[in-house]
Amino acid sequence: MAEDREPPALLDASHAGSTDPEDGEDLFVSAVSKMEASPTSPAEPIIISSSNGPEPEPEEIFLDEDPDDLFAEATEEVSLDSPERQPILSDGPSPAITPVTPTVTLDPRVSEAFARSPDQDEDEEENRDAFDVQISVSDPEKVGDGMNAYMVYKVSTKTSLSIFSRDQVSVKRRFSDFLGLHSKLASKYMHIGYIVPPAPEKSIVGMTKVKVGKEDTSSAEFVEKRRSALERYLMRTVKHPVLLKDPDVLQFLESSELPRAVSTQALSGAGILRMVNKAADAVNKMTIKMNESDAWFEEKQQQFENLDVQLRKLHASVESLVCHRKELSVNTVSFAKSSAMLGNSEDHTALSRALSQLAEVEEKIDTLHQDQACNDFFMFSELLGDYVRLITAVKGVFDQRMKTWGKWQEAEMMLQRKREAEAKLQYANKPDKLQQAKDEIKEWEGKVQQGERDFEQISKIIRREVGRFEKDRVKDFKVVIVKYLESLVHTQQQLIKYWEAFLPEAKAIA
Amino acid sequence: MEGSSAESALSVSADSIRITDLTQDGDVLTFAITSQKLNSSAGVCVFRAYEDFEWLQQSLFSQENVPGLQGIIFPPLPPKALPLQSNMQTKALKQLGFLALGQDWQGYCKALEFYLQQVATHPTLFKCKALDSFLINSESPGKQRGRKGIFNRLSQAVEEMRKESHKDVDNFFQNERNKNTNIAALSKVATEKLIDVVMTEQKLALACGHFSTSLHLCVNQDDAAAVAFSKVCLKLSDIIEAVKQNFEKVASNNLTTLGLGLDLESRYQEAEKEMLFRRTCKLIELETVKKSTEKAKANKREVMEEFQKAVEKEFSLISSVAKEEIERFHSSRVNVLKNVLIGWCEQQLNTAKECAELYSQHLEACRNMYSE
Repeated sequence: MAEDREPPALLDASHAGSTDPEDGEDLFVSAVSKMEASPTSPAEPIIISSSNGPEPEPEEIFLDEDPDDLFAEATEEVSLDSPERQPILSDGPSPAITPVTPTVTLDPRVSEAFARSPDQDEDEEENRDAFDVQISVSDPEKVGDGMNAYMVYKVSTKTSLSIFSRDQVSVKRRFSDFLGLHSKLASKYMHIGYIVPPAPEKSIVGMTKVKVGKEDTSSAEFVEKRRSALERYLMRTVKHPVLLKDPDVLQFLESSELPRAVSTQALSGAGILRMVNKAADAVNKMTIKMNESDAWFEEKQQQFENLDVQLRKLHASVESLVCHRKELSVNTVSFAKSSAMLGNSEDHTALSRALSQLAEVEEKIDTLHQDQACNDFFMFSELLGDYVRLITAVKGVFDQRMKTWGKWQEAEMMLQRKREAEAKLQYANKPDKLQQAKDEIKEWEGKVQQGERDFEQISKIIRREVGRFEKDRVKDFKVVIVKYLESLVHTQQQLIKYWEAFLPEAKAIA
Repeated sequence: MEGSSAESALSVSADSIRITDLTQDGDVLTFAITSQKLNSSAGVCVFRAYEDFEWLQQSLFSQENVPGLQGIIFPPLPPKALPLQSNMQTKALKQLGFLALGQDWQGYCKALEFYLQQVATHPTLFKCKALDSFLINSESPGKQRGRKGIFNRLSQAVEEMRKESHKDVDNFFQNERNKNTNIAALSKVATEKLIDVVMTEQKLALACGHFSTSLHLCVNQDDAAAVAFSKVCLKLSDIIEAVKQNFEKVASNNLTTLGLGLDLESRYQEAEKEMLFRRTCKLIELETVKKSTEKAKANKREVMEEFQKAVEKEFSLISSVAKEEIERFHSSRVNVLKNVLIGWCEQQLNTAKECAELYSQHLEACRNMYSE
């Protein structure tokens, strides 16, 4: 596919130029990311692997930042091995906090730089055999003591894609690193319409138990649950063709040292600001009344609302199933014990043996129950939980579209006002102010166009993302169903073995 | 009416006794009992209510001129059933244990049937006229109150407890009493634990049902993507439905074989306990009489000695009958348990095989459908 089919005007150098002053005005902390290596340094293996040859011009990409950023100090500069890649990654809040001052969202350029053309991504999606990344999260290790302790996980990536610097790499990461990664991705991509997979949830209770050093099954379960969730999170993230190429993701997977993501802590300044954000968003949602001109979006939103309800119901059903299975396990063990006692007290030798065997069979069956409960849990309960959270991300993206529309409308209103102001000045005959007014009109015309483009862009991206989401959803469920059936078949076959072993014992009772 | 010790034999074949039907009219359950006449090919069918069973049991207890009657281990009659099922589950469970869990009262009918068969095959009890009239008279025994007969319920009075632990004069019986106390307690516990297992299995079946239904509700045909997802949900719904049916079968197998078997064993151990208690009471009576006789003044002594001899004779008869009963009980219970365990294992094995087959088919189908 021709990558240049629909280059948004943003790629034009002129536009890049015109929007720069805007950025400068707002004292942005610039996040610079150069995607491509210059062809003169062949040693740099960061070229996006794709069939399309020429790369877009190196661009500067800015992330919007609030001038009153409380944690400018949280911004850390990381210099990676390759001098060509100098992303300054910000742990700051998502641009959603940006106040109403009109700012151009430059991020569509980010998406373009990363994603090239939309069609190219679809190409890569179709060549799924080209998608060859396996990530595993393993070996949870406790580091430190008491309340300062934390778990460290080994993240191993195996791949043949050339955007990675090595075929296999292992790094150690802690939970807050994952949250940091998600926070960065969300701040970069969500407001242009990409569905960023949500990170696993924090759990203060669960973690405290682990920190305090309780070596019981519930902490072990918690760690396993978290490990599995982190693995699924990373796999979902890299399955996204755009996120896969994000330098933050690559750094996360490959770099041996990662700056501590402090702003992910719940009670940090960033955390509090996130809460304020959420409140602001909620208010915005109520005040922006969008004129939906596209029925597709309305339908989809309704569908997702319905799906949300359905998934939550399913999740509750599965949780109940898991709970009962655990209960069955407890009862089976109890019964096994009681029949063992009966066997011990029984005089008749063969009967005594048979009863003891009965106890053993029941214990083995119990192990099967526990395994099956685990399967129920991990396969369904967690999957459904993941999807409930994903739907929240999807809804978030729809909300972003609404915000983008809102910004565009605001720009229209400002333009209108400026035009009115200019008309007034015409009468008042103040030539110097008139020029300024004309300049402002031009500026706002630009902003209106930008707003419209942004809106169209986000709409387009959302359509694509939703399509991808729906395909992935079906795939995910299919995979889980097959795995679940395999586990069911396996359990039954084990059961058959146990019963077949017991039958001669029963028959041997004289 | 009352059972007398006539030499009358049972006029129907013990093996042919069946409870073939059950009707419910409000609170009253009526059982249809069929059997084959011994000397002809005619079949008999009578209708009885629970009170009639109770009448039979009382008649057995109150037989006259049966030496050592108190040494007999009487086949235990299942407790009375409460007709209302689901909303009185817990109350029914306390009373009936396993017999409350079956569907359509199958377990309960089987238990009653077994009771009749046990009575009919007992070398002494089968002669009781009451049994014959119970099985063949078209008129039910009605609300006749038989003689009170021997006390068959161990009361909770402290005095009874004390008697129960009275030391025996015979090692054989002391051992038997100890073992019986132990096993009676253990089998009761095992029965209760198995009830818990079966109930949880039934709960699991219900939970699967809910899950399956919820999946059905996810179906919508809005667009191609929704249709694809709906298909997946429906497939999963079918699978969960299969899981549900498996649980129901496994629970039912547990119930009808091992459950009923353990329940029967438990009740029989109680019956043996009651017999041993009666004998112990007789022993205490004997020892009391002996002491009184020793202390008696000369003029009363002869009378006392006569009395003592009579009690001794009773005790000796009871003991010898008891010994036979105990041996008979031991061998029959091993046999019963053997059949129970074999039946249980075979049923569960069959269910597991069927289920494995079904799951494999689903797996095959899914793999084919989803290979892309």
